[in-house]
Amino acid sequence: MREFTYTKAADAAEAVRLAAAGARYLGGGTNLVDLMREEIERPTALVDVSGLAQGITEHPDGSVEIGAATRNTAVAAHPRIRRDYPVLARAIVSGASGQIRNAATVGGNLLQRTRCPYFYDVAARCNKREPGSGCDARQGFHRTHAVLATSAHCIATHPSDMCVALVALDAQVHILGPAGARVVAVADLYRDPGETPHLETVLGPAELITAVRLPRAVDGAVSTYRKVRDRTSYAFALVSVAAVLRVVDATVADVRIALGGVASRPWRARVAERELLGAPAEPDTFKRAAEAEFRSARPLPDNAFKVSLAPRVVADVLKGLSG
Amino acid sequence: MAHEGISTAEVTVRVNGQSRSADIDTRTSLLDLLRDRFRLTGTKWGCNQGGCGACTVLVDDQRTLSCLMLAVQADGREVTTIEGLGDAAALHRLQEAFIAHDGFQCGYCTAGQICSGVALAGEAAAGVPSVVTQDLRAETVELSVEEIRERMSGNLCRCGAHNGIVAAVSEVYGS
Repeated sequence: MREFTYTKAADAAEAVRLAAAGARYLGGGTNLVDLMREEIERPTALVDVSGLAQGITEHPDGSVEIGAATRNTAVAAHPRIRRDYPVLARAIVSGASGQIRNAATVGGNLLQRTRCPYFYDVAARCNKREPGSGCDARQGFHRTHAVLATSAHCIATHPSDMCVALVALDAQVHILGPAGARVVAVADLYRDPGETPHLETVLGPAELITAVRLPRAVDGAVSTYRKVRDRTSYAFALVSVAAVLRVVDATVADVRIALGGVASRPWRARVAERELLGAPAEPDTFKRAAEAEFRSARPLPDNAFKVSLAPRVVADVLKGLSG
Repeated sequence: MAHEGISTAEVTVRVNGQSRSADIDTRTSLLDLLRDRFRLTGTKWGCNQGGCGACTVLVDDQRTLSCLMLAVQADGREVTTIEGLGDAAALHRLQEAFIAHDGFQCGYCTAGQICSGVALAGEAAAGVPSVVTQDLRAETVELSVEEIRERMSGNLCRCGAHNGIVAAVSEVYGS
């Protein structure tokens, strides 16, 4: 690990000032410390924001604001989250291990780096780690990689479970930067890889995620999260599905679907949603809509199974929610 | 132990009820602070990348991977290691259960397993759900064998003593 200076931020404004002078933000450290040890990340200064906003605030308009330094466990355990946003509680406890969820912050979870093995292997070519060096995943082991919105330069996935639920819930991130505060939908936080896979989010220099806001839960809707992985626990997703569904008179009145393990970002399944809205809430409709989402998929030999697996999981999750 | 050109910091941590301080290189992990500076070698250095759970300790009563936590982030906090849970003269009841159920072979993962087991009981009592919890609204979660298996999944045992580990945790904290 390279040397770095360490400062514990007293508040968000101080953190942004230090970051503007070159420091990197440190949350729970579960991803960044590991990457620093591998010298994939080489910050010379860290500003610790893990002691900042940790509260969960219930607003009068029915929305819920989660401080960015709230630990993953605290979010999943909060009675309001468990009652009104089960998809979020279930997504969080689907990820990592109890120990890691106790340390990992919400902001850090949003900004975690890919788990592509070629990103971690400094002897391999990786456009995300060394822009312009090439991508060894395309010709290598890529059964866990992305099939949607990939580019010739990168096929890595975003590894989070929590973020998939946040996208399905239309959550927003609150951001503080040198130029002031702004709000961005979680769905718009990430960039597709294109020719610049090392640029992963729309955050500008020194911008800090200060909170995540969940809009009021959809009245009468049910939601859940399902993760398909190589082993039962403590593994990243092959495919995961977050879904929020409201059925009225056997018709889909409201539906939000997001997918993990299939793209460089938590993927909002808008094609499927358009097909479903107003359609009969039945298995055939679910299957056709889910398959439509993957018409644009560009799989490689070893991850082509995701193009048939993911629609089946989506259809089954919707069937479970509607039944 | 400051070296010229190396970023250092002074940390004070309450370890097993005792306040301890050290001047450290900022790169020091909590694991290395405990083992190398405080000579508390019960906590084990396994994968050093958050994959195995051998380094699990309690930080403010929360189970935490000490290999992924910078020691500077533990400043001012309360850390409990296996040495603080029990000793040969007065074993923790989970340690006794590990012996009774053959919850280990080589013993390398055991300190982490026991810290994890002690903490998961507190999490379930506080209503923290797991991926196998059916009723998300329950105020407390009953620790079935399935719940214990899931909640212990961050602690690997290369000897394969998992059945004994689950039996031990189940005897002490199970439903």
